[in-house]
Amino acid sequence: MTDKTRPHHSHSPDEIEQRVRNLENLLVGKGLVDPRTVDRLVDTYQHEVGPRNGAHVVARAWTDPEYKERLLSDATAAIKELGYSGRQGEHMRVVENAGRVHNLVVCTLCSCYPWPVLGLPPAWYKSSGYRARAVTEPRVVLSEFGLELDEDVEVRVWDSTAEMRYLVLPRRPDGTEHLPATELARLVSRDAMIGVALAGPAP
Amino acid sequence: MNSGHDLGGMHGFGDIDQSQRENFVQQWEERVFGLTLACGLLGRWNLDESRYARERMDAGEYLRGSYYEHWLHGLERLLIEKGLVTVNELESGRSEQESGLNPVAAEKIPGILRRGAPVQMRPQSAPLFQAGQLVRVRNFHPKSHTRAPRYVRSRSGRVSEWYGAYVFPDLHSASGEKRPAHLYSVRFEAGELWGERDAEERSAVYVDLFEPYLQATEV
Repeated sequence: MTDKTRPHHSHSPDEIEQRVRNLENLLVGKGLVDPRTVDRLVDTYQHEVGPRNGAHVVARAWTDPEYKERLLSDATAAIKELGYSGRQGEHMRVVENAGRVHNLVVCTLCSCYPWPVLGLPPAWYKSSGYRARAVTEPRVVLSEFGLELDEDVEVRVWDSTAEMRYLVLPRRPDGTEHLPATELARLVSRDAMIGVALAGPAP
Repeated sequence: MNSGHDLGGMHGFGDIDQSQRENFVQQWEERVFGLTLACGLLGRWNLDESRYARERMDAGEYLRGSYYEHWLHGLERLLIEKGLVTVNELESGRSEQESGLNPVAAEKIPGILRRGAPVQMRPQSAPLFQAGQLVRVRNFHPKSHTRAPRYVRSRSGRVSEWYGAYVFPDLHSASGEKRPAHLYSVRFEAGELWGERDAEERSAVYVDLFEPYLQATEV
């Protein structure tokens, strides 16, 4: 794009709000966008699709060894079994925190994230700091999130550079053998499925 | 391209602001999100083109800008480049001519989102590399779109898994052509990426890399 065609930029909150309002009015006026479609898209990810879906998947894997096997070998199909599929989750891979391995997910190039199971990413996941640092100093990043890993634990960072989307299967907390899947799901936070936290009761 | 978006390994951002736990920080961001998806559904550009549009934001502005400012920039750029709006219209906010296109109806959204847009393809050749094999990422610096981040170029890693063939994004963003390329998960030891002095202990990064980015490493 040449400078002549480059849209001008504004940074103050008022200016940018106005710029977005103008853009929406223009797109509606030109018949390119139906504002109800925009509402519907926002509403879907604000209210319908979120990390409860992922927690359902995790709790099922904790309580059903055969499901867990399917989840680890073909995550896309196993997640679809529970009714979750589609945009930004077309190709899924689940990585398990097991043995002395801890997994952490990032997208250094943009903000790739498994929407059908986690919804839209938290703003910190898209921040420059997280994108820059998760790959170079994952232990420091994890400790900022309050997670101190033992020295002998290997950290595996998954940089989502293609269309494969990653979900961490956290370790099932000790002492939860008696809990049914519905209660286990409450122990699975979004952060645990990104890898910046462990599963367990909310602090 | 080596621009502001390619952040892996960069210093200078300070602590991560964990207080921002929601996706949308300000209200206008919701509209930018919805408008971007709604316009994308018109089918005039693909996902890789929209990533490339954001990447072409001035590098300094990209780093200063917030996440949805990148999206807003990308959307405005695509609308102009694809001839859907003019610069004048964008500046005035007033339509000078109807598009003649049909906007996507709200009722269609659940089905569209549920179906998604899978990009796996039938391979046209056998994969060149196998799990366990040592590979090196090529030393290349295209000014166009690529999904090989800078921090892995010229570095050696071990193929952890072959995922099959997928639409090759570098070509897809440039011409719209869907050509399959084998995709691998490649494991890089932290010491190989950052040097033994600066790397953390017991840490590895797995990066999804397309076959054209990779070459065999002599053992």
